[in-house]
Amino acid sequence: MSPEPFLGGTDHTPVRHHILSVLVENKAGVLARIAGLFARRGFNIYSLAVAPAEGNARFSRVTIVVDAQSAPLEQIVGQLDKLVNVVAIKDLAPRDAIERELLLATLSVDNINRASVLDVAANTGASIVDVNAQSVTVMLAGTPKACDHLEKALESFAGVELQRTGRVALPRLDQTAMA
Amino acid sequence: MQLTGAQALIKSLEREGVDTIFGLPGGAILPVYDPILDSSIRHILVRHEQGAGHMAEGYALATGKAGVAMVTSGPGATNIVTPIGNAHMDSTPLVVITGQVATAAIGSDAFQECDITGITMGITKHNFLIQSAHEIPRVVAAAFHLATTGRPGPVLIDLPKDVSQSTMEWWYPSSIEELDLPGYHPDVEIDPRAVAHAVELIGLSERPVLYVGGGALKSRANDALLAFAERTNIPVVTTLMARGAFPDSRPQHLGMPGMHGTYSAVTALQKSDLLIALGARFDDRVTGQLSSFATGAKVIHVDIDRAEFNKVRKADVTLQTNVALALLAFDEANATPLNLDVWWKEIRTWQERYPLAYDAPSDDGPLRPQYVIEAIARAAAPGTIVTSGVGQHQMWASQYWQFEEAGTWVNSGGAGTMGFGVPAAIGAKAGRPDRTVWCIDGDGCFQMTAQELVTARSEGIPIKVAILNNAYLGMVRQWQEMFYEERYSEVYLSADLPDYVKWAEAMGCVGLRASNLHEMHEVIARANEINDVPVVIDFRTDSAEKVFPMVASGSSNDEIMVHPSLRGSSR
Ligand SMILES: Cc1ncc(C[n+]2csc(CCOP(=O)(O)OP(=O)(O)O)c2C)c(N)n1
Ligand SMILES: [Mg+2]
Repeated sequence: MSPEPFLGGTDHTPVRHHILSVLVENKAGVLARIAGLFARRGFNIYSLAVAPAEGNARFSRVTIVVDAQSAPLEQIVGQLDKLVNVVAIKDLAPRDAIERELLLATLSVDNINRASVLDVAANTGASIVDVNAQSVTVMLAGTPKACDHLEKALESFAGVELQRTGRVALPRLDQTAMA
Repeated sequence: MQLTGAQALIKSLEREGVDTIFGLPGGAILPVYDPILDSSIRHILVRHEQGAGHMAEGYALATGKAGVAMVTSGPGATNIVTPIGNAHMDSTPLVVITGQVATAAIGSDAFQECDITGITMGITKHNFLIQSAHEIPRVVAAAFHLATTGRPGPVLIDLPKDVSQSTMEWWYPSSIEELDLPGYHPDVEIDPRAVAHAVELIGLSERPVLYVGGGALKSRANDALLAFAERTNIPVVTTLMARGAFPDSRPQHLGMPGMHGTYSAVTALQKSDLLIALGARFDDRVTGQLSSFATGAKVIHVDIDRAEFNKVRKADVTLQTNVALALLAFDEANATPLNLDVWWKEIRTWQERYPLAYDAPSDDGPLRPQYVIEAIARAAAPGTIVTSGVGQHQMWASQYWQFEEAGTWVNSGGAGTMGFGVPAAIGAKAGRPDRTVWCIDGDGCFQMTAQELVTARSEGIPIKVAILNNAYLGMVRQWQEMFYEERYSEVYLSADLPDYVKWAEAMGCVGLRASNLHEMHEVIARANEINDVPVVIDFRTDSAEKVFPMVASGSSNDEIMVHPSLRGSSR
């Protein structure tokens, strides 16, 4: 959605990004309200992932990676909080969050490069999830960095169709908590 | 009890205490117009849906209650988009009900279908598309709760025709919990640390100013403000949206700040060491060039909406609460600034040297618009409500009318919507029939919504309209004169076309005209005698008159231009 998402050099994540974990009512148009708010206030969304929260039919969790350079985080959170369907907002600074993302990529392969594709997959921890005579589909569920890595490694191959989900995140567990 | 959705809607409005709806029917809202016949609610039939919206705004601003408008789908709905946007900018509580095509037809480009919830998403506090008749009571109750609590604003309810025709078992929510608004918590606990910090800053200040915005009126803070201001003797300025929040008659009041504010209000903000912003949002029309605005001031920012904090101007203390509660907390903690004698002495010098000024009116020539406003104000009953359009006449009305109480100044601030004045006056008068209502209008603005005078006449709503007829889109003309070397482009309107007197008469109103001082006094007296039908007066004013003081757009408040007659050697 952001016109220039590549702010971080080889790492695709904006330099000053924040992860907002937003609990919303599962109602028609909620996503449009969020997207509309970001668009009209000029806030950049880097990625966005939505799914029902805790198997709940009433609420969904939207994980939004925002570019905190496009606007102060306080503004983004303050405006988002005014949406009536937004129930709770957790601001996860990258160091306080466990972030994961899923990457799928389909590559054309022939007898010459098949081995190197398999090599890349093995080295990056990706798995092969689909194969036919001309193509293979690899999958990686990992940190955004790991996905960046794989994406980079696949650049040298021809005919790559690649899709990432955008990240989901939860707060890092408190290591000082008593058992 | 089984009711149709339409009946449930009207019954729900009755439950919310609605006494007046402004609207105009059409196909998709037709079912709802039937039970109106059996309701105690007064429906005022407008001539254009924009009129319904502005009337509802005028009603809301004059009464403090939510205004209600009802229109049909498609063009009926899009016609009311401007008032919704206007109410959004000015945080005016509004509930707008739009008819929608039947549920099964939504998304098929059916006749008079439009995605009004999509269109108004960015200009409502919230909107609803009702899915079933059972939801109607909950949605109506939620709409009023949302519109009137926290930071008020417009809420839209889109009601498909099949839903209003289907039946439901009547019920009504009896608690906030039943409204099903898990993400809405308008009441915030006041933060005692923020209060303590604010009290400390006030205690250290030598040049404080109470910068009062529309939020003060919205939170009914007049009494608290008066008490706090009197105890502390801190100078007060009231923005265009806050006129009436503090009596203009108090010497402590410096008037309005901003682009056309008084010299003393603008300069007091500039030279202040502490801005106590109360429900104000540092609009660019107030700050001028932001980088040079009040550079030596610390800021205490009180607002019910935390998204206003640090949006435009960084604050030293932010206090999320309503203005009245904040002032009570400051009083309780006995917040008191240092000795203000030097500060007041300086302010009094500015007031003496640069008061509001205009050239003396002459006996024959064209009228001075400022003088016309002062004459109307002098002859007006106490508590008169004033509405205005947008332009020079609006600024003069704000400058030269003395506002003493809340709800007496009804205008379009954040959006600056031409044509607001006449319908807003009708809505204000419908809500406060005990008050005299004057609309100070421009000739350009009048032509945008004047047809609502037909509504006013047929509904027996006797407002008074003063057209300051300068034959121009005067405010734009002023900018072209000052900043485009007098190259006047598409601003001339003509003083005689239309003939405002005949037009008024054609609409069933009394039409009067005044071209000189003698006539002016006569027609004002005559207008004040007429209390059964609307009166329209065509005041022929000087086209060349400009609004002063003025801070040119984008320039620093330090470069405020006062009226030419006051420009001595220093300015
Ligand atoms: C709907 C709308 N269109 C255009 C404008 C821009 N505008 C601001 S003031 C003004 C002139 C208003 O003319 P008039 O009503 O005669 O008032 P005057 O300034 O002459 O007192 C215009 C065109 C506006 N504010 N609103
Ligand atoms: Mg004019």
